[in-house]
Amino acid sequence: MSGLSAPTPAPGAAAQVWRRFAAQPNAIVGMAVLGLILAAALLGPLVLAASPSSDFEYQNFIDSFAPSTSEHWLGTDNFGRDMAVRLIHGARYTLSIGFAAVIAGLALGVPLGLLSGYIGGWFDLIVQRIVDIVLAFPSFLLALALIGVLGTGMVNIVVAVALTSFPRFARLLRASVLAVREMPYVEAARAMGTPRWRIVLRDVLPNATAPIIVQSSLEMATAILTASGLGFLGLGIQQPTPEWGAMLGEARQYLFTYPHLLTYPGLCIMAVVLALNLIGDGLRDALDPRLK
Amino acid sequence: MYRYVLNRLLLSIPTVLGVATVSFLLMRLIPGDPARVIAGVDATVEDIDRIRRQLGLDQPVLQQYLQFIGRLFVGDLGTSARSGGPVTAAIADAAPRTLQLAVLTLLVSVPLGCALGIFAAVRRGRLADVLASILAVIGVSMPVYWIGLLLVIVFAVNLQILPAAGDRSFFSFVLPVVTLSLYSIGFIARQTRSAMLEVLRQDYVRTARAKGAGTLRVLMAHAFRNALIPIITIVGIQFGNLLGGAILTEVVFAWPGLGRLLVESITARDFAVVQGAVFVIAIALVALNLLTDLAYAAVDPRVTL
Repeated sequence: MSGLSAPTPAPGAAAQVWRRFAAQPNAIVGMAVLGLILAAALLGPLVLAASPSSDFEYQNFIDSFAPSTSEHWLGTDNFGRDMAVRLIHGARYTLSIGFAAVIAGLALGVPLGLLSGYIGGWFDLIVQRIVDIVLAFPSFLLALALIGVLGTGMVNIVVAVALTSFPRFARLLRASVLAVREMPYVEAARAMGTPRWRIVLRDVLPNATAPIIVQSSLEMATAILTASGLGFLGLGIQQPTPEWGAMLGEARQYLFTYPHLLTYPGLCIMAVVLALNLIGDGLRDALDPRLK
Repeated sequence: MYRYVLNRLLLSIPTVLGVATVSFLLMRLIPGDPARVIAGVDATVEDIDRIRRQLGLDQPVLQQYLQFIGRLFVGDLGTSARSGGPVTAAIADAAPRTLQLAVLTLLVSVPLGCALGIFAAVRRGRLADVLASILAVIGVSMPVYWIGLLLVIVFAVNLQILPAAGDRSFFSFVLPVVTLSLYSIGFIARQTRSAMLEVLRQDYVRTARAKGAGTLRVLMAHAFRNALIPIITIVGIQFGNLLGGAILTEVVFAWPGLGRLLVESITARDFAVVQGAVFVIAIALVALNLLTDLAYAAVDPRVTL
């Protein structure tokens, strides 16, 4: 095909973005931290499987509130459960909730944004009003209210967080579709009689995704903060599951006596959110060479 | 100008109606029989029937919806199951306390956030920018309730110089406001930095420099003035974030605001209050967005609708 075909990411385009991404120290730090937490989530429980105290529900009251020792690296909690073991298991819940919430938000927001931008007309008008209305509610407030009425549980948390994030995906994608659909290659495809659905999927969508990729990383950070906040309030993942926010919520009653129980879960949440924010910033700079 | 204001007012009507609809639907999302859920486990059949009739749940959904909207016009948000009093009274008690926190936080974080963002943008790529940007990104990455708890540990438990909770004296404001400000400063600084970078690349900034305008004048009169629109947007969004983000902070510091009212009502299954608080906060945000749009027109003569 000649120069009229869509610039479907030419070989080398991805490599270029990766090079610009990898040239930023912040982005590399973010990737390293996220990689470490991911490795801990995937491999940690397997490595720890050797001793009984490596079960995150293993309780030993004689050993409760132990400080950091060679046996319990980060000490133990009120039930004598090993903090390090619980944090490592907790990484699984935190990462999977964040990931699932972003996927669900994308599954709702991408089709709406794509069609809203490409079709326009009354469909666009209706979708944009829905987006306006949902965005009128602060995200955490809406998620909290939804969990309040739906009840808690992993699926409900993912649904609640996704319902607060999909309008941002839809609005962002719509804006970039509006720009892309006026491109000469889209006009060319239309002139060649390419079916509409094919133009949307092959020409418009791939060229409009850059902001969505950046936003996904930032939204995952927000999703993790929201889910852990719900956990902190006792409305997220329930005990004894070692979700980090729920661990903080439980540790709150030992604020005056054993503050170390509060330190580590908070640090973990901060590390993963920081990593995702750094990766999001890095992706934005890598995908938008204008700013370089 | 009047036409612009009028247009924006008319455009916000469907949003307000939508917000009311979402608030209404929220109650319909309660799984199973809402009357049974609200009545609690040890309620008798008569109790459940009474609650069902009280809430109008025995009527068709459309009629319930119209009644709900109709009552909103006379400022009736229903009755609190917990206190027995009107929901509006509970909200009227709590709202000013949340507003206090939000306004104080903005007063602290807007100047600091803007300053940090401008500073980072001007020193772009240098050590100062890297440090300022790292500070800002850490600010937005810390769970707000965790910052609150850490501040309590340091200033209330260890140093014992500030109260850990409550709202009795001026000093009670310090920790909640600092907690909310750390996130807010980071958020505003990050957005200000990118808005300033965008503006600093413009031709008119180069022209101003070439004319020999002083650095400060170029920055404030030419660059910052033009970066104001995105910054006003951000401050508007941040005010909304504060109304929502204050929920966790209020719980940590036992602050008697809307956030704590909301969480307590959820725990107590007092759904009328949940619905009312959600509605009021969202309406406040719609009004705020309206003000933000009007502020655009004030700072940018090009904005017309």
